[in-house]
Amino acid sequence: MKLFKTAAVTALALGAMVGTAEAGPTLDAIKQRGQIICGVNTGLGGFSLPDSAGKWTGLDVDFCKAIAAAVFGDAEKVKYVPLTAQQRFTALQTGEVDILSRNTTWTLARDTQLGLNFTAVTFYDGQGFMVPKKLGVKSAKELNGATVCVQPGTTTELNLADYFRANNMTFKPVVIEALQEVNAAFFSGRCDVYTTDASGLASIRKNDAPKGESDNFVILPEIISKEPLGPAVRHGDDQWFDIVKWTIFALVEAEEYGITKANADQMAKDSKNPAILRLLGTTAGNGKAIGLEETWAINAVKAVGNYGEIYERNIVPLGLPRGVNNLWSKGGLMYAPPVR
Amino acid sequence: MAEIMARPTGKEASRFSLYDRDVQAILFQVVVVGAVVALVWYLAYNTVVNLERRQIQTGFSFLWRESGFEIGESLISYSAASTYGRALVVGLLNTLQVAIIGCVLASFLGVSIGIASLSRNWLLAKLTAGYIHFLRNIPVLLQIILWYTILISDRFLPAPRQAESFLGVFATQRGWYFPIPDGSTGYWAALAGLLAAVVGVMILRRWATARQLLTGQQFPVVWTSVGLLVALPLVAWLAFGAPTGLDSPSLRGFNFQGGSRISPEFVAVLFGLTIYTSAFIAEIVRSGILAVPKGQTEAGRALGLRDHVILRQVILPQALRVIIPPLTSQYLNLTKNSSLAVAVGYPDLVSTANTTLNQTGQAPEAILILMAVYLTLSVSTALVMNWYNTRIQLVER
Repeated sequence: MKLFKTAAVTALALGAMVGTAEAGPTLDAIKQRGQIICGVNTGLGGFSLPDSAGKWTGLDVDFCKAIAAAVFGDAEKVKYVPLTAQQRFTALQTGEVDILSRNTTWTLARDTQLGLNFTAVTFYDGQGFMVPKKLGVKSAKELNGATVCVQPGTTTELNLADYFRANNMTFKPVVIEALQEVNAAFFSGRCDVYTTDASGLASIRKNDAPKGESDNFVILPEIISKEPLGPAVRHGDDQWFDIVKWTIFALVEAEEYGITKANADQMAKDSKNPAILRLLGTTAGNGKAIGLEETWAINAVKAVGNYGEIYERNIVPLGLPRGVNNLWSKGGLMYAPPVR
Repeated sequence: MAEIMARPTGKEASRFSLYDRDVQAILFQVVVVGAVVALVWYLAYNTVVNLERRQIQTGFSFLWRESGFEIGESLISYSAASTYGRALVVGLLNTLQVAIIGCVLASFLGVSIGIASLSRNWLLAKLTAGYIHFLRNIPVLLQIILWYTILISDRFLPAPRQAESFLGVFATQRGWYFPIPDGSTGYWAALAGLLAAVVGVMILRRWATARQLLTGQQFPVVWTSVGLLVALPLVAWLAFGAPTGLDSPSLRGFNFQGGSRISPEFVAVLFGLTIYTSAFIAEIVRSGILAVPKGQTEAGRALGLRDHVILRQVILPQALRVIIPPLTSQYLNLTKNSSLAVAVGYPDLVSTANTTLNQTGQAPEAILILMAVYLTLSVSTALVMNWYNTRIQLVER
């Protein structure tokens, strides 16, 4: 009888366990946890790079800080998880990170098959090639038969194969997962060519080349693909998707209206422009709509500055001017839908 | 004991009692199997439902889609227009290549070092002991990365443009380029001759052993085998016109074209795995030989046999019983450790499966394939080694 009872209870318990593990709304989980978990690069200068004290800086890092400021009012409530190109999507799909802010290209396959939603483009980029000057190569079309260093699991890998096929050239890939190892292989001479996004090439040439040798490497003029980079979140949580998306748009609109980190408070109080008052939360409405405090946008701007300031701080030191990443009113592509 | 295990007879046989040990055993097994099945079913169901909720694609149809990425080296033809399935096959062949060559080399190296560590020469014994202790304790990933760093460093080997040929072989930091025979029939004939010679040697050994058991006369097997292995291919080669054409590597543009190449990635993985595993195999061999009682060696010497004959005919057959099972484990370890190749860019199965996983987003399917393949490899290796073990076992009472 005792054995029967035990068996019956076990069966019931197992049966009750068979519900699906509920993946609840991301915002609730974040608020309960008290911090956002942000997936970033393992160490790409200008985008996400830890310094010797373990503090993270970069464009992608700044956007994570902005979202934390929007949700919590405190830009430090973020945990950064460094991810390689191969780990990044599984980490986001399984819920290990809440947001993937890791210079990731927005493509159809990633938006659909991988179950991700790309929020907004924070950096318009394109793929390029870097070669040592001593090879005497002036154009990417002269690279037939070259050895190319590339990271696996990236659009870079696919675009590279496509470009060489389209131009009837062949190449030998050296495919290494860890970014530091790829850099080491290229700078030791294992490969002739390094290919990744042009911003990545500028960053690596400046930060990772052996001391004093940055000028021995040249980035070829050809940009062979479109690489719109931006943060991604999982399918299935529209509210979180909206929060991330509109925080980014708020930062772009802040630049359009001339709101900076320094003058945000003063603008919120003194501005005569109803659009600015709405954006910064002096006029209530947006916060309730998204599900955050009304101060979400002004907190984000006060934490990291507007889009222009973020760009100045992180990307301009790499030697890349605004270019296509300028506001639409100045001839670039950064265009935020109205935050109202 | 017998009374407890016997089935109750007569009136008691029909009464079902929970205190009966047989009944308890069966019930317990049913519960455990049920629990395991329920757990597996729960995990699978949870996975499928969550994948659907996140709208992530499932299924194995991705294996027939175009892959879009290139692979650095492959034994079969492959391009970016091939399918994901073919990419996985390329990765599998690369894994097998490094695993098989690694197992063979590690065995040779390990056995030699193991036997050397028992030598009466003090220096040899100490050196090999040092080798074993040192290399067993450094993680194999670090060893592989160390070899790779040395092999691609421009301080050790030159770049292709500065490389000079040594007997037609170019050693560069991009790999070792060597000439291979071009496709003339004479070479294929020589290869066929070699295979025939190998078969011939095996038959010869059988015949010579049988003859010795029957008549006690020894036959010079070693010299005849060597002669066969040299003569047969030579004859075949001459018969087809003695071709001497070679496909040599020559520097054209960025890299060498023509000839064949061993990449530094392959060499790094091979050396790292081989040397690491050989240290373990050396210890296994040493323990196997020490397990044979000392009396056997002394008896052999009393009979006037020379040391190497004692080792081969008396000690090793008894030692192999102890050596083979742990040796199987080391082979399996080497095969699985080859997955570390992803750290240096050698395109083995884990590397290509990882890239496929990333580009298609179908993680569970790719991992399932990986697990199934490694399981098959390991089980096959274990089966073969167990068969060999059974065959060479001494039949005891």
